[in-house]
Amino acid sequence: MDPLADMGGSPGWGPAKVPTPDEPPFSEPWEGRSFAMTILTMGRISGRNLDAFRYALERLDPVSYLADGYYGRWLNAAELMLQDSNILAPGAVDARARTLAGDDVEEPAFPEPQKPDYAPTGPGSLREIDGPPAFAAGDAVRTTNTPRPQGPSKLPGYVRGRRGTVTAVRPGHLLPDTHAVFQGENPQYVYTVGFPSTELWGDDAEPFTLHVDLFESYLAKISEKEADR
Amino acid sequence: MTDAPTRRPEPAQRTEALESLLVERGLIDPAVMDKFIKTYEQDVGPLNGAKVVAAAWTDPEYKERLLAEGTAAIKEFGFGGPQGEHIVVLEQTDDVHHVVVCTLCSCYPWPVLGLPPSWYKDPAYRARVVREPRKVLHEMGLDVPADKKIEVWDSSSEVRYLVLPQRPAGTDGWDAEALTPLVTRDAMVGVAVVAAP
Repeated sequence: MDPLADMGGSPGWGPAKVPTPDEPPFSEPWEGRSFAMTILTMGRISGRNLDAFRYALERLDPVSYLADGYYGRWLNAAELMLQDSNILAPGAVDARARTLAGDDVEEPAFPEPQKPDYAPTGPGSLREIDGPPAFAAGDAVRTTNTPRPQGPSKLPGYVRGRRGTVTAVRPGHLLPDTHAVFQGENPQYVYTVGFPSTELWGDDAEPFTLHVDLFESYLAKISEKEADR
Repeated sequence: MTDAPTRRPEPAQRTEALESLLVERGLIDPAVMDKFIKTYEQDVGPLNGAKVVAAAWTDPEYKERLLAEGTAAIKEFGFGGPQGEHIVVLEQTDDVHHVVVCTLCSCYPWPVLGLPPSWYKDPAYRARVVREPRKVLHEMGLDVPADKKIEVWDSSSEVRYLVLPQRPAGTDGWDAEALTPLVTRDAMVGVAVVAAP
């Protein structure tokens, strides 16, 4: 099953919010502190592994993902990553919050940290790749249609198994499928792929083109015959 | 009878608790956090993107560089850093209207637009703009002319997209400094156009 975070095309969310000019970046002070803490602790755990952070977001239960908005889910994902690395014990945050509120609670002891034995080979998420890209702009491709893997993936569910055309070749990226779980950078070219809306949503769809950035291993070339069918 | 699930403390309390734990372990310095928060409250915001757009409107050579190599052209202003490793600029035209989303999280070009606004992070926008963009844009106050093609960009990698809006009528002869305040965040994501002054 696709995680809740993979939202593209999912029903039931109601109308879009009308933008308000000059909205501040943080609506309450705790949002700014959660933002800063998450960014700054990510480096402590994993060498700023953005993919691991996004995978932590994906693993949150629906309440933890939605109830306290964007920075609420950042806070919860930071807590999850700190628990994964045994930097904090489960329940430590809630116990400390109750202590700070004046309750008499027993806080769990700090565990022995077990950080992943993993370091990025360079800064950022982009890498030079020696070989040429497998696809070029204009190529007809189909996305893989295997069931979603158990671990991380950046192939949105709504484009799985669909036919599209390569719009542009992008630089090599760390592969989130393995990098997010500290199992290797495995850099791949990324391609922007354009899909006609009817390929995604059927003949009655609003006419438009949807472009999405996809990793090389998510794509296979198809014949013009198959592309036209 | 089943027990009601125990409510977790409110996010403000949990934030304070986490900060207290991390400070106790020597993992975080509140002064560094303060500086970081201030950066995104005061320095990195849509004014950066507006300067880039105004430059593109007034300098054809800059516009050419911006559309060819967005990251490098934006760097000419000193704008770069987290969430700006590879920025691609999409030009609005008389024929095409671009709009940007991140369905998997809320990826956004921080160096030029700052942190994302609430509507961009909202599930309704993330879920629906890839399925019925014209309707979603209408709900947000923008009616795209029926003869204009719509192109939706789902930022699912580290590529970040900045929309170059069309220069509004009635600004002939204006310089970049005069044009900059006209450019809105929403127009640089593609959910609005820049209104004539």
